[in-house]
Amino acid sequence: MSSRVSRHRGADTTTLVVHVENKAGVLARVAGLFARRGFNIESLAVAPTDDERFSRLTIVVGVSSAPMEQVVKQLDKLVNVVEIQELNPASSIERELMMATVRAEPEIRGQILDLVRIFQATVLNVGQDEIMVSLTGSLNRVDDFEDLLRPYGIVDVQRTGKVALPKLSKTTPDPLISN
Amino acid sequence: MKMNGGQALMKALENEGVDILFGLPGGAILPVYDPLLDSSIRHVLVRHEQGAGHMAEGYAHATGQPGVAMVTSGPAATNIVTPLCDAYMDSIPMVVVTGQVPYAAIGTDAFQECDTTGITMAVTKHNYLVSEAADIPQVIHDAFHIATTGRPGPVLVDIPKDIVDPNNPRSALDWYTPQGHDLPGYNPNLSGDPEQIRQAAKLICAAERPVLYTGGGILKARAAEALRELAELTGIFVVTTLMNRGGFPDEHPLCLGMPGMHGNYTAVTAMQEADLLIALGARFDDRVTGKVDGFAPQAKVIHVDIDSAELGKVRRPDVAIQGDCRLVIEDLLQVLRADGGVDTQPDRSQWRTRISGWQERFPLTYKQSKPDELLKMQYVLEQLRDSTPDDTIVASGVGQHQMWTSQYWKFNHPYTWVNSGGLGTMGFAIPAAIGAKAGRPDRMVWAVDGDGCFQMTAQELVTATTEGFPIKVALMNNAYLGMVRQWQEMFYEERYSEVYLDRDVPDYKKWAEALGCVGIRVESPEEVQPAIDKANEVDDRPVVVEFRCEAEENVFPMVPSGKTNSEVVVDPSQQDRPR
Ligand SMILES: Cc1ncc(C[n+]2csc(CCOP(=O)(O)OP(=O)(O)O)c2C)c(N)n1
Ligand SMILES: [Mg+2]
Repeated sequence: MSSRVSRHRGADTTTLVVHVENKAGVLARVAGLFARRGFNIESLAVAPTDDERFSRLTIVVGVSSAPMEQVVKQLDKLVNVVEIQELNPASSIERELMMATVRAEPEIRGQILDLVRIFQATVLNVGQDEIMVSLTGSLNRVDDFEDLLRPYGIVDVQRTGKVALPKLSKTTPDPLISN
Repeated sequence: MKMNGGQALMKALENEGVDILFGLPGGAILPVYDPLLDSSIRHVLVRHEQGAGHMAEGYAHATGQPGVAMVTSGPAATNIVTPLCDAYMDSIPMVVVTGQVPYAAIGTDAFQECDTTGITMAVTKHNYLVSEAADIPQVIHDAFHIATTGRPGPVLVDIPKDIVDPNNPRSALDWYTPQGHDLPGYNPNLSGDPEQIRQAAKLICAAERPVLYTGGGILKARAAEALRELAELTGIFVVTTLMNRGGFPDEHPLCLGMPGMHGNYTAVTAMQEADLLIALGARFDDRVTGKVDGFAPQAKVIHVDIDSAELGKVRRPDVAIQGDCRLVIEDLLQVLRADGGVDTQPDRSQWRTRISGWQERFPLTYKQSKPDELLKMQYVLEQLRDSTPDDTIVASGVGQHQMWTSQYWKFNHPYTWVNSGGLGTMGFAIPAAIGAKAGRPDRMVWAVDGDGCFQMTAQELVTATTEGFPIKVALMNNAYLGMVRQWQEMFYEERYSEVYLDRDVPDYKKWAEALGCVGIRVESPEEVQPAIDKANEVDDRPVVVEFRCEAEENVFPMVPSGKTNSEVVVDPSQQDRPR
């Protein structure tokens, strides 16, 4: 299976930030639209905004499946969709959170902790032969970390999917942990 | 004012101007059928919920007002999915109210529960599952707003029983009259961008072989008058798609008629040879374009549509204008007049000559039946066309009879053609004709139906009889699922698979009489006219005239599917003529 390779690097995707009314069934409407129009969702992150009437979806869309213009216009037709932004990676800050449980017999645990230190990741839980770590970072960085952990044996991994915000107009220096 | 949810629903519908409801009651919607007795709204009791949906569509087609249907939960809701999809494809304003099991029972597989909003999400413009009685007035107000504005479409409102049941405290509410809409994601934009409209005017004034490609958006926007002005000002020929028959008069010298798979040769070829297509409320449907890659290869495209997602969906326009067809055409007329632009249009006499040449060489044609043959549907339709009032409303089913009706009828008024275009729903004609008659009781309404189609929804003739809608049905009995038979003849080496219906079963005349109609059977050409005259005289009940038609007749012209419009197959008698 191709899941051995990092999924995100180089993938032909576009990120849409979609503000929707916080109504029952709205996620089904968005997902159903993607399914029936043959658009591909690579990842999807949903959470309420600070205004409880609205939620914010960050959708990573495979661009090979359809012209982005069609995706945006069809989404816009959903009555509960309030606003759609297409995020350009150069002008936005993107993050993803990964949690992973990795094989870590006592002899090799030190090597994993080295990686944790280098990536400024976090140890969440330690067991007899396993260790649970987490990392928040750019997609590339999370990919790198996952790739380096893989040879040790990933038991479980969960990534949140990308979330993103546009860069501010007077750009502050990128945070320390950046691309 | 204190009331219960059922009363509020009726009051809300009355406030939206609803005067007629098509429906059939059942358990979950029962509490709403009680206040119906006290309402000013007329209810038409259908025999199948699909009928209620198509009646609401027919009503909307004929009047421009939203059609409304009300049915119960579960199987009734699934029965109305087809009309919802039909209305969605053809942008028909419609509101459907469905009953639902009590709110607390949702998700428990309760009796007659089905996930109606889930099932209909893909076939409605929007839908609602109402959770509180207090939401009913606002939701109904929003539903009509969404159904009728922007690109019109069906909206479904699913109402759990407990919020309308007077015996349940959850049904109590204080009536309020909704003030406006809180729909932050819904702001249909109506007027076109002035700069794009100026660009469009430029292209029009420079074009040597322009064609106005006009679709259902003309009728939806009530833009027929504006279209006529535009055509006459510029002298540009008009094709009217299946969805815009009547949107421009067939007898107008600039009208080329219907394009597409079974369009007439001139309409198909003029589009194919055009250097400019002015698409107004049309969506480049595959039945119009043929193979898209080879469609109108030399044409620049101006595309006007209320739905911006249509702009560039199939064919990338050179000028894209999002807006209401009527408003955009009116603005365009102003620009064309102001700049004196129309006077700078090139000489198009050569183009006109080519077009009239096609019209002369490739008119619609058929051979009248020989003495031992049954009727030709084309002949029946010509007779029917010529012996009915000019503003007769014609509804049709789906198949050969539909294509011939669209070809042979002369539509000279908007809203006289009631048809299932996008979904191609067999069984549409009879209920849609009833809905049209309900909306326009002053008009003569004929349904032209196939024998296959008739058998799908004939039971609604009972509704027509008992509710007093004296529609007339021209039942074209060719003993076949004729359109499918034609494809098997042409593309499957005459291997006929499951397309023969039966010439004599059912006995349509007896069946019509059993349904409360006058039944007439016609087998020979000389009986056609008297039968039509007799049918036209009946005004106290529906009439079914069974025309026994030749089975082997094929619809031409035809663009075989997958072929380009340049490969249009003409009637065998015209095949040797120079194109
Ligand atoms: C509900 C439905 N089922 C199947 C079809 C496919 N179909 C298209 S035309 C046609 C034949 C229609 O037969 P009939 O009503 O007798 O009309 P005719 O073509 O013979 O005039 C069929 C089966 C359809 N359009 N709709
Ligand atoms: Mg037939």
